[in-house]
Amino acid sequence: MAMTPDPKAAYGTAGHTSGHSAGAPGDESRRDFIYIMTGAVGAIGAAAVAWPFIDTMNPSADVLALSTIEVNLAPVQPGQSITVMWRGKPVFIRRRTPTEIDAAAKVNLSELVDPQPDSARVQKPEWLILVGICTHLGCIPSGQKTGDMRGDYNGWFCPCHGSQYDTSGRIRKGPAPKNLEVPAYTFLSDTTIRIG
Amino acid sequence: MSLFSWNTVDSVGKWIDVRLPIISTLKAHTSDYPAPRNLNYWWEFGFIAMFMLVIMIATGIFLVMNYTPHVDMAFNSVERIMRDVNYGWLLRYLHMNGASLFFIAVYIHIFRGAYYGSYKAPRELLWMLGVLILLLMIMTAFMGYVLPWGQMSFWAATVITNLMSALPLVGQEIVTWLWGGFSVGNPTLNRFFSLHYLLPFVIVGVVFLHLWALHTTKSNNPLGIDLKSPQDFVPFHPYYTLKGAFGTVLFLILYCYFVFFNPNVLGHTDNYIPANPLVTPEHIVPEWYFLPYYAMLRAIDFNIGIPFTDIVIINSKLGGVLVMLGSILILFFLPWLDTSPVRSCTFRPIYKWLVFLLIINCFILGYIGSQPADASFGGIPLNWIGKLGTFWYFFHFLVLSPVVGRIERPLPLPTSIGTPVLGGRA
Repeated sequence: MAMTPDPKAAYGTAGHTSGHSAGAPGDESRRDFIYIMTGAVGAIGAAAVAWPFIDTMNPSADVLALSTIEVNLAPVQPGQSITVMWRGKPVFIRRRTPTEIDAAAKVNLSELVDPQPDSARVQKPEWLILVGICTHLGCIPSGQKTGDMRGDYNGWFCPCHGSQYDTSGRIRKGPAPKNLEVPAYTFLSDTTIRIG
Repeated sequence: MSLFSWNTVDSVGKWIDVRLPIISTLKAHTSDYPAPRNLNYWWEFGFIAMFMLVIMIATGIFLVMNYTPHVDMAFNSVERIMRDVNYGWLLRYLHMNGASLFFIAVYIHIFRGAYYGSYKAPRELLWMLGVLILLLMIMTAFMGYVLPWGQMSFWAATVITNLMSALPLVGQEIVTWLWGGFSVGNPTLNRFFSLHYLLPFVIVGVVFLHLWALHTTKSNNPLGIDLKSPQDFVPFHPYYTLKGAFGTVLFLILYCYFVFFNPNVLGHTDNYIPANPLVTPEHIVPEWYFLPYYAMLRAIDFNIGIPFTDIVIINSKLGGVLVMLGSILILFFLPWLDTSPVRSCTFRPIYKWLVFLLIINCFILGYIGSQPADASFGGIPLNWIGKLGTFWYFFHFLVLSPVVGRIERPLPLPTSIGTPVLGGRA
C-alpha cells in the first residue's frame, strides 16, 4: 500500500493559517468578526448544554417538598420535649417551664462561650426550637427524654466529647464552639409552626 | 501588557510537548490529519456515531445519580427522574432516543462501508473492530433496556437470556448462571446494571483502536481508489471539521425532533407498565434496531435433522440462535468473502444493486420482526417472507459476494480524484 506523503508538504500554509490573516484590511476585520461571533455563539451553546447537567444535581422537587415541615405543638406539655425530622436532621422542640425560662434569661452574657441573650433565640419564650446536632463534631446531644443526662446546666449533654448546653441551648462547657443552631421557623398559629 | 499572551501559551505548550507529546500528537491526528478531498456526506456518520457515544455516556452518568437498581424500586426511580429531578425528563429522553439515533448512525456508517468497499485490504482490521463495536453496542443496549424494569424490560430479558438454553448440555446451567437465580430477578437486574455501566467504556477503548487503525491506513474515499499525490488530500481542519459540524447539526435536528416532540414513538407503550413476572404481554417486541435479528431468530421454526429419521441434530431453538448470531459474525468475514479487486460500488454495476437489495432486505426483515409471528401481508404469511429474507441475507454473503466479485466486469477506475471531474486533464 502506498505510503501517504506528508500532506502538509503540499497544502502547507497555503490552505489556511489560524487566526492571523493576510490580505486587504477589510478581510481581516471580517474574518475577526466571524471568529468572534462563532466563539460567542459557541460559548452560549456550551453553557446551554452544560446547564441541565449542572442543575440536575440541585435538590429535586421531592427533596424541596420536604424542605419545610409543619409541626402541631398542641400535644406538648410544659417541661416536655419532642424531636422532629427536618431536612434529614433532628429538631428539638421544648416547651419550657417558667423555671427554665428564668434560668436562661438571668445568665450573664460574659460567662457564655458564644454570647447570645435568650431573647434572641426564641420567638415565644415558652417554645425553644433548636437543631439537635452538637456544634462540635455533629453527634445528637442527650436531654430529650425524661431520665436523660442533662449536664450541669439542665439543658442537653453531648455524650461524644462532653459538651454541655443550658436551658436556652447555649454551649456552656466542653469543646463545642457555638450554641445549638436555631432554625428558621414561623408560628402559623398559637399551636402550629412551620420550620424551614 | 496583560499577564496573558499567546507567547506564554506557546512556551507552556512546548514545555509539555517535549516531555509528553500530547499536543503535537493530537494536532497531527485531528486538525492536521490528511483526509481525501472527495469525501461525501456518507462519511459524516462515523463522527456522528462518536458524538452520540459521548452523549450516551454523559446522560447515562447523570441518570445513574438518581436510578435505583432494585426490582422494587427501579421503575419508580425512573418515574422520579421523569417527574421530580431537575431536567430528569430531558436526560432520560436524550438517553432513550440517543440509543436509537446511535444505531441509526452506526447502521448508515456500516452500509457506507459495505457500498464503498471500506472493508477491503488494507482496512480489514478496521472493519472487524467496527463489527466488534456493533456487538458491544447490541449487548449494552439490551442490558440498558432491562433497567427501567417495565413489562418489555422484564420479558425481553427473559426471552433473550432463555436463548442460551439452546446450547447443548450446558445450556440451562449457563442460563441459571446468567440469571443468578431461577428466573430473571433482582440479581439479574443488578448485574445488568453493572455491565451496562462498564461496556460503554469498553466501546470507547475499541473506538480508539478503530480510529488508530483508520489513521494507519488513512480513509477510503467514494471512488475507492488509492490516493497517491498530496494534492488528493486536504487537512481535516477546517474542511472536514466544518463539514462535520454541519452534518452533525442536521443529525441533531432529527435527534431533537424525537427528544422534544415525539420522545416515545420509537419505544413500546408496554414498558410504562411495571414488570409483572406472572403476566406476559401479548406481543413481545424488541426495540426497532433489533427487529431484523428477531425476524431471523423466528424464521427458524423447524428442526434440522437426518431426513426420514427422527434424529434431530439442531433443534429449531438452537437453529434460530445460531442464525441470529451468525448474521453478525458473518460480517467479520466480509473482507475475504468479497473477491472483487474493485472497492467502490460506483464502479461495480452488478454488485451495487445487490448491496441495495441487501439494505431493502434488512428493512423487510425489520418489518417482519415487528409483527406477530402468525401475521400475513396480502395473504402471504410473513413467516415465509422471513425465511426468504433470512436465506437471502446469508446467500448474499456466502454465495453472491464471492461469485459476483469474480465474474463481474467493473467499470474502468479513474486514475485520480481529479479525472472524473476534470475529464482527464487532472
